Amino acid sequence: MRRAILIGLAFGAGAVHLAVVGVLLMLHQRMIIVDTLTLGQAVLLLLAGGAGAMTGRPLPGLIAGVAAAVPIAVLAAVMSIVPLQSIFIALSSDLFEMLTLGQGLTAGISILIGGGAIAGLLGASWRISPSVVRRAIGPGAIAVLIAGVFQELIQLMLQQYEGPVGEFRDFLYTWEGLSPQGGVTIFIVVAIAGEVLGSILRRRAARIAAHDHRRERMVWAGLALLALVVLPAVAGSYVGQVLMLVGLYILMGMGLNLEVGLAGLLDLGFVAFFAVGAYTTALLTADSSHALAHLSYWEAMPIAVALSIMVGVLFGLPVLGVRGDYLAVATMGLGEIVRVIVQSDFAAPLLGGAQGILQIPKPRLGNFVLGNPVSLFYLTLVASAVAAFVAWRLENSRLGRAWMALRDDEDVAQALGINLIRSKLLAYGLGAAFAGLAGSIFATMLTSVYPSSFQLLISINVLALIIVGGMGSLPGVVLGSIALIGLPELLREFGEYRYLFYGAVLIVMMRLRPEGLWPSDVRQRELHAADETLALDAGADAVPAQTR
Amino acid sequence: MARFNAVDIVLWGLRIGVVAVVVGGTIGTLLHNRYTAAQWFDFVVFGLTIGSIYAQIALGYTMVYGVLRLINFAHGDIVMTGAFAGYFVATPLDRSGFLNNHPVLGMSAILAVSIVTSTSIAVLTERIAYRPFRRVVGLAPLICAIGVSFFLEQTFRGMFGSAVKSYPSPDWQRATFQLLGFNVPRVDVLVIGLALVFMAGLYLIVQRTRMGTAMRAVAEDGEAAALMGIDVNKVVVFTFVLGGAMAGIAGVFYAFVYKQVYFFMGFTPGIKAFGAAVLGGIGNIPGAMLGGFFLGMVESVGPTLFLDGIGIPAPYQLRDLIAFTLLIMVLIFRPQGLLGERMARKRA
Repeated sequence: MRRAILIGLAFGAGAVHLAVVGVLLMLHQRMIIVDTLTLGQAVLLLLAGGAGAMTGRPLPGLIAGVAAAVPIAVLAAVMSIVPLQSIFIALSSDLFEMLTLGQGLTAGISILIGGGAIAGLLGASWRISPSVVRRAIGPGAIAVLIAGVFQELIQLMLQQYEGPVGEFRDFLYTWEGLSPQGGVTIFIVVAIAGEVLGSILRRRAARIAAHDHRRERMVWAGLALLALVVLPAVAGSYVGQVLMLVGLYILMGMGLNLEVGLAGLLDLGFVAFFAVGAYTTALLTADSSHALAHLSYWEAMPIAVALSIMVGVLFGLPVLGVRGDYLAVATMGLGEIVRVIVQSDFAAPLLGGAQGILQIPKPRLGNFVLGNPVSLFYLTLVASAVAAFVAWRLENSRLGRAWMALRDDEDVAQALGINLIRSKLLAYGLGAAFAGLAGSIFATMLTSVYPSSFQLLISINVLALIIVGGMGSLPGVVLGSIALIGLPELLREFGEYRYLFYGAVLIVMMRLRPEGLWPSDVRQRELHAADETLALDAGADAVPAQTR
Repeated sequence: MARFNAVDIVLWGLRIGVVAVVVGGTIGTLLHNRYTAAQWFDFVVFGLTIGSIYAQIALGYTMVYGVLRLINFAHGDIVMTGAFAGYFVATPLDRSGFLNNHPVLGMSAILAVSIVTSTSIAVLTERIAYRPFRRVVGLAPLICAIGVSFFLEQTFRGMFGSAVKSYPSPDWQRATFQLLGFNVPRVDVLVIGLALVFMAGLYLIVQRTRMGTAMRAVAEDGEAAALMGIDVNKVVVFTFVLGGAMAGIAGVFYAFVYKQVYFFMGFTPGIKAFGAAVLGGIGNIPGAMLGGFFLGMVESVGPTLFLDGIGIPAPYQLRDLIAFTLLIMVLIFRPQGLLGERMARKRA
């Protein structure tokens, strides 16, 4: 009982945080089903439902749902009494309208509490309902969510078709979003499909051996990759642009993955290599007074990559002896130094200072200019594929094993005859190569480079995506980029809150799933072994760890 | 005779390069003699002012590191929360004229609110984000701390907007007075004086009270302290309370000096103050204070003294460069810091 209330209040506090920060109202502007349900309302319901699901039984679920609604109701009440918008800019009258559904304070609060109770009850019953029900409702709800939230995009993609497809589109969507009948149709179709497909898959899964699951996962990954290849060509330039950005982050993610995931060197100055790649390309190709040469893109790119490797090694040399968390701060300091220098008047004659370097030409293939985002996306895709192959081979090479040994225990690795200096410098250099390549493409994508594009935030972005995907895991990098770079880019208004989301993701992932969403096999085994040893000596050791 | 390899050569090159810039720049600047004594005096006073703020922030890093062996990456953002709290008290007080008529009362109110805010946020952070990692080894706690840092920054950005807010400065703060024939801004003296008072208070708490003794015991050896009946959780919370309070004060002072408040303001002073803590020997409280003052001094005097002499234009733009270089040099060459031999042996 007390637990249910506490859980509910915690979820409610989360909801209040979302409201005060302004996320809730922003989500409220996205419809899922026109005039029926917005994303903001869905999030509130999900929070109450989640609180209910945590309790696992109907009555506590109901209580937790009510408790989750109470903080929001209190917020609404406070907002109606004191005007807070002069301090908290997000607490606008629009938010009040949203929270009370435009019904005024008393009616609104009753609706909130009632909605919370129902959602909590549903959440709890979800937990105890048979898997048949869950298998149907889960995918159905997710499909409606996707179809509603990304309606603009889907409509845009379907727009080019006439005839039956066009009619189908008109049935599902009104011009402003998913219609109620469309939502119900999608829900029923996907629910039935999920049920049928689910039972087929389960029957098959029972037959095939456990290790074949990996192969199956690879097949799914291959299909996803195929979709990634075909999608931009069909979906137009906006999707192409988003995917291109995802591709660049995949490249950088694979680079940082060598450093952090394999070699265990937490590098927060990673953005410096990206900057080197971009600036080298700019200086060698741009049609501006800063240019040192006027090479074609294909000549400049290898030089950019080579220079990035050199900078990576130079970068790694001084910090060879620095370990663990000190290394993170030292590399961050190095990255900041690079940024400060690039921005200063001191380096302005060479690098253009805060004005940057403009007029970088697009790459050409013969007479064909890779001008539009889609064609640049394919360039990124090819680069990523090559990089992925290199990374994959490295992972299983002698060097890759050496890195992993180094990550687990430097002293032991050295005792086993691993050359620490060489392995570490190679990690920095090769990691930098990937980032330099990404930077080079980035420069021609924007056709200009500014120091402000190379903030520490980029390093954090890349770190966040490999952590979400799973440190040391190549498919994890792809998954992480799509989730952390692609998704916020598609939900454009979300951009402002992206880093809030990243911060939360880092905390939550570290607490709940430190191995990431798609962990590498080695990593997973290790973490589970660690759990066992932890459990073994948990009783003996009730104080903070002293040795790090 | 030790064998030299490529790495040693690079490291020696780095040492010599930095020393060369420092010495060459100093000689060059002194020869040119382009700055008046009053200007140098201004640099020194500013260095002491900003240094006293760094010292206060560094205390938070050093205490938490001593007890938990964790770099509280979000500490700079705790400073930011204190500055914001101070801003929201100072602005209405300034507008109503209260701050001008009752400076002491007004200041106390600002500091009290900011201390309460930053302390509660620091304690909440510890409870929610750091406690579950108490016995986790490796990078996870640091990564979580980075997440906390971003979460706090972006929460404040969402709540109060991303625009830079100008912190009010009442007349009595802007005034200057004469000392040895030089003009000294009153706000600088105020910041340095109060910072010294607060730090002395903190030192007394850590040295003289029961809780402070317990804290030092946990920093020395957590396991033994627990066996002696010390409640480690309580000590950790106490550490975050002290660090948070210092951060709150530092945040208000930082806003006094730079007259700006915005969501990202805590990041740079946070990193620099961490450098100061390492410089003084992490875990060492007097060391952190000393490191803070030293860093402030180098950062303020350095650009003109070292860089102007070797002909670099607009050296003040490279102030952060000097601070970060100092940070990296310390991490590379003397991670045990100037005063902290004891901690160092465990780490190096």
